[in-house]
Amino acid sequence: MIRVTDLNINLGGFQLCDINLTIAENEFFVLMGPTGSGKTVLLEAIAGLIPVKTGNISVDKKNITRIPPEKRGVGIVYQDQALFPHLTVKENILYGIPYQKIKKSVAEKRLDDLIGILNISHILDRFPVNLSGGEKQRVAMARALIVHPKILLLDEPLSALDPNFRKEMKTALKALQQSSMTTFLMVTHDFGEAFYLADNAAVINQGRIAQTGRVDDLFQHPVSPFVAEFVGMENIFPASFIGNKAILGDLEIDIGINVRHTSTYLAIRPEDIQISKTPILENGYHGLKGSISDFIDSGIYFNVSVNVGTVIFQILMLKNTLLDMGITTGSEIYLNIRPAAFHTF
Amino acid sequence: MKKKDPFFWVTISCGIIIMAFILLPLVEMMAAPSLPMLKKTICDKDVVRSIRLSIITAGSAALISFLLGTPLAYFLARNHFRGKRLIESIIDLPIVIPHPVVGIAILSVAGKNHWLGKILHELGIRIMGSVTGIIVVLIFVGMPFYVNCVKDGFERVSPRLENVSRSLGASMFSTFFRVTFRLAWRSMVIGFIMAMARAISEFGAVVIVAYHPMIAPVMIYERFAGFGLKYSQPVAVWLVSVCLILFLTVRILTLRKPATS
Repeated sequence: MIRVTDLNINLGGFQLCDINLTIAENEFFVLMGPTGSGKTVLLEAIAGLIPVKTGNISVDKKNITRIPPEKRGVGIVYQDQALFPHLTVKENILYGIPYQKIKKSVAEKRLDDLIGILNISHILDRFPVNLSGGEKQRVAMARALIVHPKILLLDEPLSALDPNFRKEMKTALKALQQSSMTTFLMVTHDFGEAFYLADNAAVINQGRIAQTGRVDDLFQHPVSPFVAEFVGMENIFPASFIGNKAILGDLEIDIGINVRHTSTYLAIRPEDIQISKTPILENGYHGLKGSISDFIDSGIYFNVSVNVGTVIFQILMLKNTLLDMGITTGSEIYLNIRPAAFHTF
Repeated sequence: MKKKDPFFWVTISCGIIIMAFILLPLVEMMAAPSLPMLKKTICDKDVVRSIRLSIITAGSAALISFLLGTPLAYFLARNHFRGKRLIESIIDLPIVIPHPVVGIAILSVAGKNHWLGKILHELGIRIMGSVTGIIVVLIFVGMPFYVNCVKDGFERVSPRLENVSRSLGASMFSTFFRVTFRLAWRSMVIGFIMAMARAISEFGAVVIVAYHPMIAPVMIYERFAGFGLKYSQPVAVWLVSVCLILFLTVRILTLRKPATS
């Protein structure tokens, strides 16, 4: 188990403040946040590559805060893979073996296993300069895992890959984590990756943890406008609540649930709003009459803006569905929202 | 850039002027002595001794720059701190100080009136008029070239490679020798040759600190002052030839493509 307690880091122009995280043994944990939020700094602090100002990092109840990187048993894989350019693939993978006090036969067994799992037997004699992005990522994974780290830190391992390789690598990553029985802590800003790979996650913003919890919980129940926006809730409105009513400027919506009077925001995911020409009167749907003000073509989807009074809602709709309805800018339509789609915080 | 573009012709013209400016005097000097004169010069024991002393002292200075300058260059390449610019400016100072001033500055701390000079004297180390003094001067003038060249080389090695190495169990020393050194050695070789070439050509500071034993540039000056251009040229040709070999080596090493990720 990894436990980060009240961690503070000062890097001159950037600070990590009061970081608290707990990651269970053999868990796949994801750390998310926008660029410059401190994700990589936190990883490098756990790896011992950045000095900690105050706080503790412990692994299996052992305090490793002041232990040098080479004695922590924490591996790291960077976005750019950081393969040693002067060594072949095989030499890269075996780089850490001399420090591991293991028999040659054990090292060879581990090498063979990883070569098989990661399907890299055909590139062992190549230099990194002659590898594709996906191959480099596999080699970096093999190099990190052959020394059996207690934790493997992955700094956006998929973001540098093209979409085809990314899907393949995502599957390989999950299989590798399950077969290696190693705790994975991965940084990403792709929520899709988090959903597929991890059970639990944390969102970090401006050097502070904004929210931690199960991935689906972060997705469905953000606790702040920042997290809500980060997880793709495009409809975030300052609101006041009376009973089960939310008041958004001149708009009053029955959201079907009693809201804590400390809540100040109402949020709805764009894909949770349905557009129809007549209101849907079943399953508790709440209908709001509005007019379409804008369309943005996003390939398979349309991002639709709808004015309801002075409030503008953003809706994500399949292109074909919208085209079949025959609606255009200025059309009067109904927005239909299920009570479960309303989120307050 | 199109050939019709006037800018193209400006760049070409400037290039020709600069090449002529550098090559004309050198070619003229190299071509001036006759072959028998060159042969006679290289058979002169004093000339051979002075060129050999130039190479030995310059090589020693470059070696000391390598030993002391490599850790400093690494430190500067990997750390950002207040006052870094000041330290870099201090390292560059020997490049901008007039060379006789360098000699005077070194003598002012090496004399018996200075505490450092007293210590050196008690240890039996003589600076004035000695090979040691020549080497000290050549370290002074060559060190900035070595440190700057090697610092650039270290900066081109991603710190992430070192981070990964350490996360795999390697100590800082092991990481330096297995990763950083293996990727930056070419910069060290180039820095070494730059520092040595700079040291071989030094005259102004050496002539203040140690006229004797005589290095090649001092001998060229002495022959020029005592016997005229004709007698100084053959020694200069042999010295330029040595420098040319050094610089050609630098260019060949630089042209080789380093490994990249």
